[in-house]
Amino acid sequence: MATLIFTPQLARFTAAPLVHTDALTLRAGLEAAFLGNPRLRAYLLDEQGCLRPNVAIFIDGHAVRDHVRLDTPLTAHSKVHILQALSGG
Amino acid sequence: MTERAWIASRKGLFELLQQNGRWTLGPIAFLGEPVSMVLADPRDGAVYAALNLGHFGVKLHRKDAGAAQWTEIAAPAYPRKPEDCADPVDWTVRFIWSLACGGADEPGVIWAGTLPGGLFRSTDRGASWTLMHSLWDAPERSEWFGGGYDVPGIHSICVDPRDSRHVLVGISCGGAWVTHDGGASWTLSARGMRANYLPPERGDDQNVQDPHRIVGARDTPDQLWCQHHNGIWRSANFGADWQEVSAAPLSNFGFAVAVHPADGNTAWFAPALADQTRIPTDAALTVTRTTDGGRSFTALRAGLPQQHCYDLVYRHGLAVADDGRTLLMASTTGGVWLSENGGDSWRTISSSMPPVYAVCFQ
Repeated sequence: MATLIFTPQLARFTAAPLVHTDALTLRAGLEAAFLGNPRLRAYLLDEQGCLRPNVAIFIDGHAVRDHVRLDTPLTAHSKVHILQALSGG
Repeated sequence: MTERAWIASRKGLFELLQQNGRWTLGPIAFLGEPVSMVLADPRDGAVYAALNLGHFGVKLHRKDAGAAQWTEIAAPAYPRKPEDCADPVDWTVRFIWSLACGGADEPGVIWAGTLPGGLFRSTDRGASWTLMHSLWDAPERSEWFGGGYDVPGIHSICVDPRDSRHVLVGISCGGAWVTHDGGASWTLSARGMRANYLPPERGDDQNVQDPHRIVGARDTPDQLWCQHHNGIWRSANFGADWQEVSAAPLSNFGFAVAVHPADGNTAWFAPALADQTRIPTDAALTVTRTTDGGRSFTALRAGLPQQHCYDLVYRHGLAVADDGRTLLMASTTGGVWLSENGGDSWRTISSSMPPVYAVCFQ
């Protein structure tokens, strides 16, 4: 199962524990996390469903450049880090 | 008696408390986080704080009367943008630029003005929000443009205390708009304003005016004051038309205005030198006050820094309490001053606060 690991900075605002998911895409993986904490959605995605500009995601060490489709494939061994981008101050 | 005020800053929300006759800084909420707006609701004692988190977006929190903790509530959010929509504006809340209580007869109603120009209304104390499509869908919105930011925004919301369905909003830059039916329909309401920053043939266009801030008088609600980008205007009929006030000393440029709650002829301003030089005239901080509806003004300087002062007071950085005498003013470079005699003299609360976006009394 893919593993989603959230920046501990999120814990200042809302729960964001480790998530294990059999999702096949990044968006599906994020949706799995939102099932556990619906409030997390608005912290990571804007109301149009796009990744917020200053949230950075790395999948197995590779930065996700697409903030709109979020359809990067995940594997059973993917490690997804959801981080604060330095551009956010 | 006024005992508490709030200071929304780039690095947290500060309480200012009057204890033993002296105002001092108290508890800090959201330390380190940008707080773009604060609203104290006199109807139920709740306080609302709008956060603009650098990474995680716009959030809204509420602290109920007597509560020890803040609770996150829903933040205004735009609906999904239709795929065939030609609107070049991103339908995402950039930040909350204004919050206002509904009327005394509509408990739980809160208004929120946002960048990029959407007005939202909640009927349940912020548990949910509805975009005012009637204004958002106005064809004139395509002509709005940013003033201070690269997208337009709603910074002023005036609810008529005689009729809660009568509401006026100020937009930078999109003029002033009024509804008489609780938001079902809106019309431009900036007749008389003039834009010096556009070609002359567009100067009187109501839809391109940049009213930096519009504030009304509680007890004489027909009287509104506007600190505009290139002057001061007042209205005697809740914005149906506006008259320019040209007697203000030092400068007609600035952002903030506060109006005496019981006397609509009394208003305070915090002028800056000019659009292109946003510092106090002669680097000496001054508040100007009129008590006769703008026929004359007094420059108030006692207690304010008069040398090498470069503080700028933003739109929401000047407030007057219900008593009409206690004033709070704060700047983008962290100066905070309080007056207890209508601005005749001021006391420095701090000169090292974070940049301040908004102040209000509770």
